[in-house]
Amino acid sequence: MNEKPVMTEKYLGLYKDNIDKISGRSSPFINTFRADAFDKFSKLGIPSKKNEGYKYTNLSTFFDHDYESYFMPVQADFLKAEKFRCEVTDLDAHGIVLLNGFYPTLKEKLVQLPSGIWIGSLNEAAIRFPEIFEKHFGKYAKSETDGLIHLNTAMASDGVFVYVPEGVTLTRPVQVVNLVQSDYDMFNQHRNLIIAEKNSNFSIIICDHTLSPQKFLTNAVTEVFVGENAHFDIIRVQNEHNNACKITNTFIHQERNSVTSSNNITLHGGLIRNSTYHILAGEGAESYSYGLFLADKWQHVDNFVNVDHVVPNCTSNQLFKGVLDDMSTGAFNGRILVRPGAQGTLAYQKNNNIILTDDAKMDTKPQLEIFADDVKCSHGATIGQIDEDALFYIQSRGINKREARLMLMFGFAHEVIQNIKIEPLRDRMDNLVMQRLKGELSRCASCMVKCG
Amino acid sequence: MLVINNLKASIDGKNILKGISLEIKPGEIHAIMGPNGSGKSTLAAVLAGREFVKVTEGTVTYFGKNLLEMAPEDRAKEGIFLGFQYPIEIPGVSMVNFMKTAVNEHRKFKGLEPLTASDFLKMMRDKKELVEIDSKLANRSVNEGFSGGEKKKNEIFQMAMLEPKLAILDETDSGLDIDALRIVANGVNKLKRPDNSFIVITHYQRLLDYIVPDIVHVLYDGRIVKTAGKELAFELEEKGYDWIKKEIENTVS
Repeated sequence: MNEKPVMTEKYLGLYKDNIDKISGRSSPFINTFRADAFDKFSKLGIPSKKNEGYKYTNLSTFFDHDYESYFMPVQADFLKAEKFRCEVTDLDAHGIVLLNGFYPTLKEKLVQLPSGIWIGSLNEAAIRFPEIFEKHFGKYAKSETDGLIHLNTAMASDGVFVYVPEGVTLTRPVQVVNLVQSDYDMFNQHRNLIIAEKNSNFSIIICDHTLSPQKFLTNAVTEVFVGENAHFDIIRVQNEHNNACKITNTFIHQERNSVTSSNNITLHGGLIRNSTYHILAGEGAESYSYGLFLADKWQHVDNFVNVDHVVPNCTSNQLFKGVLDDMSTGAFNGRILVRPGAQGTLAYQKNNNIILTDDAKMDTKPQLEIFADDVKCSHGATIGQIDEDALFYIQSRGINKREARLMLMFGFAHEVIQNIKIEPLRDRMDNLVMQRLKGELSRCASCMVKCG
Repeated sequence: MLVINNLKASIDGKNILKGISLEIKPGEIHAIMGPNGSGKSTLAAVLAGREFVKVTEGTVTYFGKNLLEMAPEDRAKEGIFLGFQYPIEIPGVSMVNFMKTAVNEHRKFKGLEPLTASDFLKMMRDKKELVEIDSKLANRSVNEGFSGGEKKKNEIFQMAMLEPKLAILDETDSGLDIDALRIVANGVNKLKRPDNSFIVITHYQRLLDYIVPDIVHVLYDGRIVKTAGKELAFELEEKGYDWIKKEIENTVS
C-alpha cells in the first residue's frame, strides 16, 4: 500500500507547478537540494496521525486548505516591512525582520557587524559566502520520518543567515522578528542557517507573530552549527492568533565541549508544532532544551524533542511544561537516543503539565532508546491539577483564591522562564506570562515588540 | 477575641471534633496538647478555613463575627495566622513576591497604600533580624528545598511579617532540633504583645519550656478533657497521656 493522501498530492502539484519560479530566484547551491528533497517528501508525505511523531497532532485542518499565496510576498509587502519598526523595551538587540518568510530586499541583504559577524538574507549568503554556506547548509536538517522537513528543503528560498566567526562574543543578542501579514490566506516556508564558530558566544531570539487575521500556515526549518567550545542560546517566543499554524523544525548540531540551550515559549497560537533536534556530535557537549506553553480555547501545542547522543560523555537536559485551559490540547514527545559507544552519557527529561478544566487534554510520551551501558538517564512526566494544599497555603496568608491560582501557575511557568539568561527578556517573559494567565494577552496585543 | 462553642466537625464523614468549647482573650497564650489523632490539627484546620473539614455543629465567633462563614484569605486579613505543621513548597514563587503580595493585601484591607519596594525590603530585613532567619531563605522560592527546620522558621518569619492578632501554631516544634526550637520560640516571644494571642498546638511539653502558656488544654478523642495552668504541661511530660485516658475511661464507665 502506498496510498498518498489527497493532502500530500496537493503539495506535490504545487512543487511541480512552481519549481521553475522558485529556482529562478534562488542560489544555485540551494537548488541542488531540491530534487532529492522532493523525492523524499513524495515518499513520506504530510505527516498524518499514523506517523508516530505526529500521533497526537492533526495537521489536516491547516494543510487541507486552499491558500491564495504560497511563495512570494508582493512588492507592496516589502514596502510595509521597510516601514516596520520594532522597539524592545530594555532589550538591546541586533534586529532583523523577516516578512512572510523573506528577508525584505529593499535594504541591504546582508549586514556586517563588528568582528566579522554577518546577519541577513539566507539566499544572499549562499551567493556571497559559498565556502562557509556550503559547509553547513543541508547538513543537519535530516529526517527519515518527517516529510515536512523535506517539503521545506524542496521549496524554501529565503530566511535568516547569521554567522559569528571564531572566538567572537556577541554581547547583544540577535533578534529575528518573524512577521506574517497578508490580505489573503497564506502558506509560507522559510529556512534559517545559524553558524556559531569555535569559541564564539551569542544568543538569538526568534519572535513569531501574526499581524493580520487571515489563515496562515508556516513550515520553517532552522539549522544551527555550534563549533567547539562555543556557547549558543536560542529563544523562541510565539504569539500568534488562533487561525495560524506554526511548524518549526530546529536542528542544533554541537561540536566538542560546546554548550547550547533552546527555549520555546508559546504564549498564543492556533496550532503549534515545535520540533527541536539536538545533535551531540562532539565529546563534552551539553544541551539544555526548555519549553513552555499556555493554551486555551481550541488551541493545540505539540513539542517534539529529539536528543541524539552520538558520542560519549555528553549531557542533555529537557524541561517542558504546559498549562491547558478550556478545551485546548497539548502533546509532548521527548526522545533520547544514546547511540552504541556513547558511554558516560547523562540525559534527563522532565515534562509537567497543569490541566485546568475537564475538557483540556494532554498527551505525553517519553521515548528512551539506549544502546550503551554506562549511562545515566531519567525521565518523568506529570499531568495534574492545581495543588489544593498549595492553594490553601497561599490563601491562608491573605491572598484571594484567584490570585493564589495565578501565583501557582506563574510559579509553574517561571521554572522554565528562569532559564533565559538575558535578564530584560526574562523579566519581560515573566510579565507576558502573567498577562497571558490573567487573560489580558490577546493576539499580538502586547508583546516584547512594540510595533508602530 | 475568639469564642468556640460546642464545635463538632468531621472529615469524610468521620467525626473528629466532638464538641469543643474554648475562649481566648487578648494577650493569652493557650497550649493545646494531646496524643496523636486527638483532633489538634483538625481544630487548627477549622479555624484557618480548610474546606475538607466539615463543621457539623457549634459556632466560632472571632471579634463578634461568625468565623466559619469567612473565606480563608479574609480570616487571614482579619488577623488569623496558621503556622503549618507541614509547610508547602511552592516552586517558582519567590518568598519576596509571596510576602509582598500578602502584606499588600493586608494593607489594602486596612485601607492603606501598598508599600514601596524599598519600604517592603526594609520590612523584610527588619523581620528577618527579629526572628533570626537566614537572609538567603528569603531569596529562594517559597519553602523549596528548605530543611524541616528552615520551613518552620519560615513560618515564624511569615507570622512576623503579617503581624496577626491570633496565631495558631500547629506542631511548629515537631521535627526541630534544639537550636531551631529556640529560634522559633524566641520569635513567638518577641512577637508577643498585650493585644495578640497564640494557640500553640504541640505534642510535647518541650516547646513550653520556651513559650510559657497561660492556659493548657488537653484534647483527647475530639474533646477538651482537661484545662489548667502551665503546670499541667509538666504533669503530662512526667506521666504521659495514659493517666488522662484512664481518668476519662473511669468517668465514662
